[in-house]
Amino acid sequence: MPLNWKAGGLLLGLVFFAAVLLVKPIGVSTQFVILDGIVGDAVNPALVTTTDDGYTSTNAYLAKSGGKYAKAVSNPLNYSFVFVLAMMLGGFLSALTRGGIDRAERSVPALWRANFGDAPWKRYAAAFAGGFVVLYGARLAGGCTSGHMMSGMMQTALSGYIFAAGAFLAAIPVSMMLFRKEA
Amino acid sequence: MTSILLAIVIGAAFGAVLDRIGASNPNWIGRMLNLTNLHLMKTILLAIGVGSALMFGGQMLGLVDVGHMSVKAAYMGVFLGGLLLGAGWAVAGYCPGTGVVAAASGRKDALFFIAGGLLGAAAYMVTYPAWKASGLLDDVAGGKVTLGTVPGSKFDGLTALPGDVLGLVLGIAFVVLAFALPDNLVGNRAVAQPAE
Repeated sequence: MPLNWKAGGLLLGLVFFAAVLLVKPIGVSTQFVILDGIVGDAVNPALVTTTDDGYTSTNAYLAKSGGKYAKAVSNPLNYSFVFVLAMMLGGFLSALTRGGIDRAERSVPALWRANFGDAPWKRYAAAFAGGFVVLYGARLAGGCTSGHMMSGMMQTALSGYIFAAGAFLAAIPVSMMLFRKEA
Repeated sequence: MTSILLAIVIGAAFGAVLDRIGASNPNWIGRMLNLTNLHLMKTILLAIGVGSALMFGGQMLGLVDVGHMSVKAAYMGVFLGGLLLGAGWAVAGYCPGTGVVAAASGRKDALFFIAGGLLGAAAYMVTYPAWKASGLLDDVAGGKVTLGTVPGSKFDGLTALPGDVLGLVLGIAFVVLAFALPDNLVGNRAVAQPAE
């Protein structure tokens, strides 16, 4: 059972506030691009190169906005990338200290099992496909649930409202169609 | 170095809170999106409200640096991308941040989500020039704008309303909404019968 919504919402709000007070608004999805860039650059060192005044890339997306992403690929120990690694540490410790997640749930979540059975490969395939669409969409939108919806709406950004409208407009009917039974 | 330290502290806190509120648990995401249990929705609304009220309230008192705001551009692709993300979020039960946290908390399906995500991000990197050429990434309504005009901010306002006051009012409105939202909007769906 998760934390009561009043305590949970207060804590989550404090984290988003602390981020913008001390550094900058929280965002996650860009780091998938940065990790792709790091891997890509390891395979093909010509992907990201230095210029007189910074970094650029043969990939137009990494090169955009003055090579901002290319720079992060070249310097993975930057705030945003370490932030995501630290999220994993926090999630790991939090799950551990509440007793962990049981074995069956770890591969096939209960809601999925109630609707589609307990074959892990089916669930893994759906999670993989979902991940593809989520990150493709997040990059097209320029942010995800953290950066656009939470950080954006918190700052009264117009883009945050547009994003949230799109996300829930698709997510609610898709979920209702897929998960007709609840565990 | 300070910034790396802050990344570790704030990042770890964010990861831990996502785990504790159930946001990295696909079952709670599914119930929220099915509208059968809005507990997580109330959590999210309260968080946006608290964050907003503290940030804009702090700005008005001169305690929060307006320069830390970072507003993303509005363009047609934001809506399209939002639709795609929403569909994938419903199927997988994870978004980018919660997927990463879920994998760290031991969920194996989340590892497949991350793998798919890395491929999806790479696919976008390759197809980006086509989106750019389509015009769907061009700014609409002023691009990087806030709903009101925030004093001292480098971002323009969609309206001339005082952006800090509006932010504080909206923050409070989100908190009120969190309290007003019922526990569910749709009655419980058929519960799966346990196998005999």
